[in-house]
Amino acid sequence: MRLTIWGCRGSLPTPGPRTVEYGGNTSCIEVALESGGLLVLDAGTGIRELGLHLVERGVRQVHLLLTHLHLDHLEGLRFFAPLWDERVTLDIWGPPSPLLSLRERISRSFSPPLFPVDLGEVDAHVRFHDVPRAVWTIGGASLTARLVVHPGPTVGYRIETEGGSVAYLPDHEPALAGAIAEKSRDWISGAAIAADADLLLHDSQFFEDEYEARIGWGHSSVADAVAFTRAVGARRLVLFHHEPSHSDSSLERLEKRAQELAGELAPTLAREGMAIELP
Amino acid sequence: MPETRYKHLVLILARELASSLSTPTMIVDERGCLVYYNEAAEAVVGRRFAETGEMPMDDWTASFAPRSIDGAEPLPAEARPARIAFDERRPAHERFVIRSADGVDRELAVTAFPLFAHSDEFVGIMAIFWRE
Repeated sequence: MRLTIWGCRGSLPTPGPRTVEYGGNTSCIEVALESGGLLVLDAGTGIRELGLHLVERGVRQVHLLLTHLHLDHLEGLRFFAPLWDERVTLDIWGPPSPLLSLRERISRSFSPPLFPVDLGEVDAHVRFHDVPRAVWTIGGASLTARLVVHPGPTVGYRIETEGGSVAYLPDHEPALAGAIAEKSRDWISGAAIAADADLLLHDSQFFEDEYEARIGWGHSSVADAVAFTRAVGARRLVLFHHEPSHSDSSLERLEKRAQELAGELAPTLAREGMAIELP
Repeated sequence: MPETRYKHLVLILARELASSLSTPTMIVDERGCLVYYNEAAEAVVGRRFAETGEMPMDDWTASFAPRSIDGAEPLPAEARPARIAFDERRPAHERFVIRSADGVDRELAVTAFPLFAHSDEFVGIMAIFWRE
């Protein structure tokens, strides 16, 4: 299993000279499976560049796994080249809602005044799926989705293959449900996704002092990201969903802070273009 | 080693709410297992949750010998609010008498209601106790 990060910025795209090193595109990860299958995690602005590569490679089948429908995880979809290719089948998976279907909710971003073209007019064959409650399989990978602490219906994903296990929790505030270190694993939001994972990509948007003023916004401090990783026994932490106001140098300070807290866990920052191979 | 049963997000948040309440509150999961009651409930039943641990809801309730409000008749499981909320997926309310672990008879009113997550997934019930 090979992951390529096409976007790891949180909340808002932040292009410019201050973010060159770690990138300004919002959440999007390509997951190439051993079977040849392709998963895409989230449709932030990073998916635009990924889409161009997929067209070049002649990819005809894509499974897009959306954690939730906040704009920074969806806004790239309209500019995802395979969506405009009639030879492509795009399966979109996302969290269920009590009121509207996944298609209806995504359709809002394909309608005036936000966008001139209706979702029904795209060229690709698009299918929508609420994530199942049970484990399901795509391309030989076992997938698990669970609701996690973040405003609105939001899931985290776990992907398991023979090569290893990956947990993806880009928008997650487990500390909102109580101090992480004081809880047993079964009572921690997201633990069902990340328990003993080989690789965890986790929200670490804020320094601790920034978090104090943003409790309840749905994101984690770097300290909580480390505490969560320890509590669930994940083996590697990649810091994800970078705060838009953080420059490259700020992020490097955040990484140092994470390493101080985590010791031998040695967390690292996600960056655009980063590739991670499992095992 | 037994497999970890991860709690649904709704139960995790419900527990956090209950732990902040002075209203006696208990939480039951989708299997009918009591998974938490708060300090205020501990004071009512006379037993700490840490001592009880997770256990079937009916076993826990029965241990307090619930009886009709006049104390004359045992209250069968199917007439208890928590069981009704669990079985019928609807709110239920009842007054009855329990004998707490400290041997004291206490009159209670219990209101129980089902918890549904997104897409109407039943994940358990919450019950609150009122001393009347």
